[in-house]
Formats: sequence, C-alpha cells, structure tokens
Amino acid sequence: MLIDCPYCGARDSHEFTYRGDATGTRPDPAAENAGEAFHDYVYLRDNPAGDHLGWWYHGAGCRQWLKVSRNTLTHAINAVRLARDEVKS
Amino acid sequence: MSRLAHGGLIDRSRPLAFKFAGKSYAGYAGDTLASALIANDVKIVGRSFKYHRPRGIMTAGSEEPNALVALRSGARHEPNTRATMVELFDGLEAFGQNAFPSLGFDAMAVNQLLSRFIGAGFYYKTFMWPKAFWELLYEPVVRNSAGIGIAGAEPDPDHYEKVTAYCDVLVIGAGAAGLTAALTAARAGARVIIADEDHLPGGRLNSENVVIGGHDGAQYAKAAIAELSSLPKVRVLTRTTVFGIYDDTYAAVERVGDHLAVPEAFKPRQKLWRIIPKRTILAAGAISQPIVFPGNDRPGVMLAQGLQTYINRYAVTPGQHVAFFASNDAAWTVAFEAAKAGIDVAAIIDPRPEIRADLAAEAKVRGLRTLLGAVVEQAHGSTLKAISVRGSQGTERIAVDALAVSGGHSPNIQLACHHRGRPDWNEVKGALLVSEPPPGMAIAGAAAGHFAISACVASGVETGTKAAVDCGYSVAKAPVLACSGHSADGSAFFHVKTQKGFAFVDLQTDVTVKDINIAVREGFRSVEHLKRYTALGMGADQGKLSNLNGLAILAEKTGRTIQDTGTTIYRPPYTSVSFGALVGHHRGKDFRPTRLTPTHFWAKKLGAKFTETGAWLRAQYFPKPGEIDWLQTVQREVKAVRSSAGMIDVSTFGKIDLQGPDVGQFLDRVYVNTFSTLPVGKARYGVMLREDGMVMDDGTTARLSDAQWVMTTTTVNAVKVFSHLEYCLQVLWPDLDVRMASISEQWAQIALAGPNARKILQKIADEPGRVENAALPVMGATQTSVMGGIKARIFRLSFSGELGYEVAVPARYGEKLAEALVAAGEQFGITPYGTEALAMMRIEKGHVSGPELNGQTTVTDIGLGKMASKKKDYIGRTLAERPGLVDENRLGFVGIMPVNKKNVVRAGIHLLPLGAPATVENDLGYISSATQSATLGHAVGVGFLKGGPKRIGERLRAFDPLRGGDFEVEICSPHFYDPQGDRVRV
Ligand SMILES: [Zn+2]
Repeated sequence: MLIDCPYCGARDSHEFTYRGDATGTRPDPAAENAGEAFHDYVYLRDNPAGDHLGWWYHGAGCRQWLKVSRNTLTHAINAVRLARDEVKS
Repeated sequence: MSRLAHGGLIDRSRPLAFKFAGKSYAGYAGDTLASALIANDVKIVGRSFKYHRPRGIMTAGSEEPNALVALRSGARHEPNTRATMVELFDGLEAFGQNAFPSLGFDAMAVNQLLSRFIGAGFYYKTFMWPKAFWELLYEPVVRNSAGIGIAGAEPDPDHYEKVTAYCDVLVIGAGAAGLTAALTAARAGARVIIADEDHLPGGRLNSENVVIGGHDGAQYAKAAIAELSSLPKVRVLTRTTVFGIYDDTYAAVERVGDHLAVPEAFKPRQKLWRIIPKRTILAAGAISQPIVFPGNDRPGVMLAQGLQTYINRYAVTPGQHVAFFASNDAAWTVAFEAAKAGIDVAAIIDPRPEIRADLAAEAKVRGLRTLLGAVVEQAHGSTLKAISVRGSQGTERIAVDALAVSGGHSPNIQLACHHRGRPDWNEVKGALLVSEPPPGMAIAGAAAGHFAISACVASGVETGTKAAVDCGYSVAKAPVLACSGHSADGSAFFHVKTQKGFAFVDLQTDVTVKDINIAVREGFRSVEHLKRYTALGMGADQGKLSNLNGLAILAEKTGRTIQDTGTTIYRPPYTSVSFGALVGHHRGKDFRPTRLTPTHFWAKKLGAKFTETGAWLRAQYFPKPGEIDWLQTVQREVKAVRSSAGMIDVSTFGKIDLQGPDVGQFLDRVYVNTFSTLPVGKARYGVMLREDGMVMDDGTTARLSDAQWVMTTTTVNAVKVFSHLEYCLQVLWPDLDVRMASISEQWAQIALAGPNARKILQKIADEPGRVENAALPVMGATQTSVMGGIKARIFRLSFSGELGYEVAVPARYGEKLAEALVAAGEQFGITPYGTEALAMMRIEKGHVSGPELNGQTTVTDIGLGKMASKKKDYIGRTLAERPGLVDENRLGFVGIMPVNKKNVVRAGIHLLPLGAPATVENDLGYISSATQSATLGHAVGVGFLKGGPKRIGERLRAFDPLRGGDFEVEICSPHFYDPQGDRVRV
C-alpha cells in the first residue's frame, strides 16, 4: 500500500504508523460536560464500511502527522493532508 | 528410453546425471526432473495421500497434483516439490514421498480396501471418540499415513532476501499475451516488470507449434525477451511466481538458486519480491482441465497440454501407444503432433458427436482412429495398460500405455480473485472467467478466455496499450502481428457417468465422485462445505485441477447450474511458498536491529554481561573473578555506589530537544505538573499521562536556555513519547511555536553516583567550579566542557539516591568519557555498574519504573498524585478524574518487607489478609518489583495494594503458588533508604 505524503511523495505504508480515528476533535476541558465529551472522544468510534478518516504518522519519513481518507473495503486512499493544514483550515 | 530422436528445447550436448528413489539416471540440460523421469520410463513417482495408489506425472506445470518429490538430503532436504517445476541439475537427488517401504510396493495401499471407512468426512466420523484415543492412536497413525512429505530437521543453511520494487506495469506471465503486453508498454517507455514462473519465458509458445509475426513461437519468445532485457526500464524476472495480492502489493517469489545443488556464493536461495505496480496485466494462461472417470489417476494418464509440452519442448513421450480423450480441438492438434513425432496414436476419443471437417480430414490422412460421441469408461492397470471405451457401437478395450485427456481449458484466474472476487461461469468458453478484477488489473490471453493465439496476441497489445496510457505514456500504433495456430473450439466436459471403480476428482487429496455423492446425500450443498467435508481442493495445489470438476459434479447432483453453485474463495498463495522466503533475513539475531550503547565495547572489555532493553543491549552487571553469582556482583556494585562512587551508561534514555518560545506552555499541557515556571539551568521530574488518564511515561526535562529545553524519556517509551509529542503539536495545538528533534543517538550520557561523585567529576570538568554544590544544586543543569574542550551537559540528577550527576557528551566521545571517569575515580574505587544494580537501588529508594508504569496505573496509584497540578489542563486530566480512577480502594503504591528477613520477596507474589484462603475474592494486590537489597541486607519489594499507603504497618500473607512461597510480610513506605533524601543534597 502506498501513501502519498504531501511532503515526501508516494511512500510505502511500512514507513507509516496508524494511530486511529481522525474524525473527533479534542473537547474543551473547561466545558460543563467535559467528562462525557472526553469519554466519547477517547473511546467511541464509528466503524464505517467505506471511507474512513485516520491519523497516520510518517515516522520513517518527514515525521508529519497525516489525515488520510481510506476506504476500509478496498484500502483505496482517496486523500492525504498534513495534520497542521487540516487543523488550521 | 522414451526420448524422441529429434527436437525439443533441450541441450543434448550436456548430459546430466541424477538419482531418483536411489537409482541413477541421465537427462539433459533443459529437462525438468519430470521430463527426465519420463525419458527414463519411470512411471510411478509417488503414492497418493489417502489410498496410497501409485501415481505418475500428470502435467508439465505448476498445477501438478501427483509428482510431489523430496529433493536433496541433509540440511537442504526439501519435501513437496513438484517434479514438473524442478530444473534438472547434475547430481540432483530426489525421493518419492508417501510410500512405505517403496514406490513400487506400498504397505499402505491396503487403505483402498478400507475406502468404505475412510471416505468423505472420515476424520469427523471416525476419530470423534473416544477422546483419549486421539493422542495414543489416531494422531500418530494419521500423521504417519496422511502426511505429504517430511520436513528436514536441520536449520536451513541458505539465505533468503526480500526486495521491494515499484513499476508502472507488472505483467504476470511471459506467454504470447504477456510478452506482447510487456513489449507494447515497454516500447512506450513505461517501467515494466514481467515475471514468469518458468526459467524459460514463453509459456505455451515453447510447447505449441504456432507462428507469430513470421517466427515460430519459441523463437518469438526468445526475441521478445531479448528486446525487453535490453530496455533499461524493464526488469525480466524468470523462475518467479507472483503468488498473491495484498492490497495493492503483489508478492512474488524468485527461485534464484533452486535449480542448483547449492546456491552460488553470495547469492540467496530465493527472493521474496514485493512489487507495487500502477497497473497489472494478468497473463497467466490456462491449463488443461482433467476429466473424471474410473482409473483416471493411473500412471500414464496425463493432461493433453502436458503431453504436448513433453513432446515438443522436452522431446520425450510417456508412452509408445497413446490415446486421446478430449472434448476440444486443441487436443486433436496434440494428437497430430504426437503422430508426427513418430508416436503410435491408438485413438482419439471425443464425446462431441461431430468434429470440424479439417480435423477429421487430417486424422484420416494420418490414419488415426477416431471415436466421436464416445467416452473412456475406465482405465486399467497399476500403470496404464488399457482403456475401456464406450461409444455408439458399445464398449471396447484398447491397449495403450498413455492417455492424454482434456475436458477444456481452465484459465488461471486465481490472482484476479484474491480480493474476494468471484468468477462467473462462461458457457460459451466453458470456463470460469473474471469480469471484475482488482483495481488496476487487466486480464489478457488465455487467462481471459482467449484460447486462440491470434486472440492472445491481440489482447496482449490491447491491455499493454491501455496500461501504458493509464500511466501517462503515449503508445505508437504498431502493425498487427500475423498469427497462426490450432483451433480453439471445444466444449467443457467434466466427468463420465458410471458406477465403476475409483473416479478421482481431486488427485492430491484423493477425493472421489463417491465422496461427493456421500457429501450431497448427507446434506452438504454449499461448495464451501463440500470442500471442508471432503478435503476437495485442500491440497498443496489448491485444487487447480479439481475445483471445477468438483463444482460441476456438485451442481449436477444438486440440480443447479455451475453459476448458481458458485465457487470457493480464492486465497493466496497461488503456489506453495517456503517459510524461508517469507522470513528472509529476519531470523535469530537479525530478527530486529540490535542497538549498542556508546560505551558497549568499553563495557565488553570489562567483561560485562549484557541484557536486552527494548532494542538496546545494555550492561547488566560487571562480574569480577571469584564472584559466585550475579547477585554477589550486583550487591558489590551497589555497596560501592553507596559508599564511594559508581557509574552507568544511561544513553539509552530517550532524549528530545525542544526549542521555541512556547515550549514551557507545551510541556504544561503534556505533563501533569507545571514546567513553564522552571528557571533556566534547572531540571524537573515530570509524569505524562495518556488521554485516558493512565500514566504513559516519566522522566526529567531541563531548561538549557530561555527557548531550549531537553527532555528525557524512559528507554522503552522513547519512540512512543516522541510520536505522541509530535501528535500533540501537529494535531492538537498547531498554534504553539515549538520545534522538536530526537537527540537520543547524538548524545552519550553517563550517570555518576556516590558520595565521591563530585570529586571525580571535578577532575574531568574543564571548569570544576561549575559543578560545586552551590553552582550546581540538586536538579541543576549546566552546559560546559569536559576532558579539555569537549562540550558537555551536566545534570545533577540521581536515580540511585546518592549524590549524582548525569554527564552528556557528543556520542562519539562516550567511550572516552567512560575511560576518563574510570581514571579520575580510580583512587575512590569507582565501580561500573549495570542495570541490575540500577534496579536494586531504585527499589531501595522506592522510585517507580517499567513494572509500575504498566499502562493500568494512574499518577495517584504510583504515589505521585500530589504532583498533578489542579490549576491547568493537561493530557489525561479529565478522564483521570473519573470515579473509578479516584476510588479510595484502588491499588496504591506501597513497600513490602518480609517479617522473617530470610524470606525472598519476588515480583508477581499476591497479597492476602493473614490466614485468608488464596481466592480471587481475598486478593489485595501484588508485588510489582523486588530485590535482595544489598544496603538493607534482606529482600524488599514494592507493589500495589488495595487501600495503598493507608495500610502501612499492616501484616499480610504473601502467596506465591508458582514458586512455592507463603510467608508473612509487613507493609511499609516504599522509600526504604534515606527517605528524606539527604544524601543527594551533600
Ligand atoms: Zn512524509
């Protein structure tokens, strides 16, 4: 499997490590329901059959965290973006 | 001898000697073991799996179900090799399998008489009961009689390599379609890899009499390969089987040295290729489909395609009087070629009532007997002697010593189905074809159902063009190659309906038509269930020759069509792959890299014993002559540190350089305690949590300047912490202005500890005043130089509980630093110590380490709850406040001392109330780390106890059923030694 790192170009998946779901955002710890929100954020996951957003780390390359859209049925990768760009935009 | 006088792609000037089943024979260069055995009239090459029936060579390719042999002896002994794929070499030694005591006479053949009892599902039915019989009787007997070959017992002496390759177009198979596809794409400039399992590329072009563009097939193949090999962006892989698709990676094994007695020097035996192409063309061809009839497994019965290969490529014939039993025109061509080669063709038997006029005419011209609308009802003889043919005129017996069969062509579509694709039954082609191959794959040639040579070439050019264009190349129009070859007409024919004898559907697992009948009668209608109940298609050949016939017979018995009956799932590998190739160099010490500390060779010179810590090899202890065991050594090391001075390499800790104006703020968010207030020149101990509230790691972080900080992590978590921090920075807080880099490899770090540590350090420091007590107090950090101008970072940190420093120098000076410290400390008896002494001292001090930071403990559990800031957010804070994690009855960190000081406290011991029975309900906690303290003179431990420090002073039962301990302990503070920490401040 190849992942097209925006920084390094298409690289073998062995260079990357997968962290997990990239759909959630770290909740506001000061919010009233923070406990509930953090519980969801840390433990609850959708398990989609199809397109799925995940965090991948290019540890053996540019060390960038990437937001990768991958189809869990076909393993086809639809989009790869730098986490920094994703979060800022 | 059954070698033909002329022809073949063999080198008659190079005779080769070989042995099979103990007898000596001769063949030629270019032979396979199978063709050489045929040339020497060896008919029986193996015994069958279940009934131990004699079996001969059935095919000329990798689909061979019968001719499994063992090669070589000693450490290179290799079972289950297909004789049809073994290139003959001088001195080759091969053995038959599954035969006791010999191939000619097999004592287990009596199984045939027991077939009533060992038919379909016999494992399930027979061996259910009684259970005790399994180990005593059934298993040894089954293993002995049903095993296919015996693996060698010695370690494999050869090397195996792994290669990763990228290309535009991967072409699988170098026959007519594959070669034209590869040429088309390669001429357009595409990066092409073409792989073929044969050592001689060309596929059927080397076996059939066809003409492409004015050349005969074999010549065309040779020229095409020469052109491809001359192109710089093309790689031709011969002896290479693409065996599976894993996502978009194609796995292939190249048999680099299998055709030699011993691989060439500095070359591997096999290479595992991981090929990542943009486009793939599957041009794996098609194989003859066998026909099921009684006695169809007799040695002498062979697939028509195989016979054609033996006659044309190897110039051998398996018989002198050959009959043909086939339902397609291609087989008629083989019959004519056999006749032309001077072999007596006894009859052509074709179930079709009519045949093309030109074929009938040629048969007549050649004087061949033809029986249309007829079938072979039975084959006779332990090696084939005669066949019974049933035709419109009744049944007759024809004497033959070979029978070529073909019930049609089976396209090699397995790879196209590795993404769980299912083929469809194409009634016109009489074949299973794939309409939706995996993404990026196109199918060409016979694998796509194009059985005529002109259609193969056309589909090769078409798929090659499309693949090149898809990869961004433009393809020039090329003139169409004129082709000529045999007729490709025919209809699928699966089995002869009769009640007689053994009619084999799967020759490798000995599944007969009767077995399928039994399975259907017992209610197995799904093809997947049939497979598992009868073992159909479960042999090493993965049912290449048996699945379709089994499926067709099941469809017939259950009154369904082939399409509705469906196929089993195709799974990798396409052919067997050795473990050696899959493992490659990753064995023994090469399983993973070993990291050596900067002082490794220095420690080795001192006679250190080493231990693995993660990927690191660290000095464990430094034994001296006369010491009786490791404990004596370690206790000496600890006493030396506590009384004078010792040193240990701590370079393995993760070291991270953090720079930027926001580092302080960043550290506040990843550590439970506050760092932004840390002054320059100071270090602080910190604990990091995971977002779920559990402790992730601990270590110290020092502030070297306003905007530069250096963090240490534990050895094992170095990589994890680094990627976690990157995640926090890039994903959670990209607005923070922080940059970080791992400097673990760049700095050697040695801890110097003991009451005399400062005196020693001052002897090597360029500015001794900088390490005075006032200049560098506890938790101080300074940048200076040592040993005459070598830059150094000195931290006043102590893990041992003594006055201590950690001195960091650029990694290349690590060994020099160790030597300088030893020299400077000689007068104080400085003692190098290892990880065992380190552990003993940290337990004496009650510091937590790996066994305590086990992923299930909170910062409160490990006794450091007071460190956690209440004034700020940090990773893990919110979830650490969950009720379950702040419960007073959670296991808390305590010290444990035996009441009788002679008792040995060990990690893993469980704690119970005194006198309470050892039940789960009574369990109060466990000891996580323990040591035979040199300082205290007895064993101590630390661990986790329900209620934690509130239980200090209580006596409990320590229970160790595994190692036989059961004694009384007293709960105490984990800080056994110098609890006030006075010794570090001196
Ligand atoms: Zn990258």
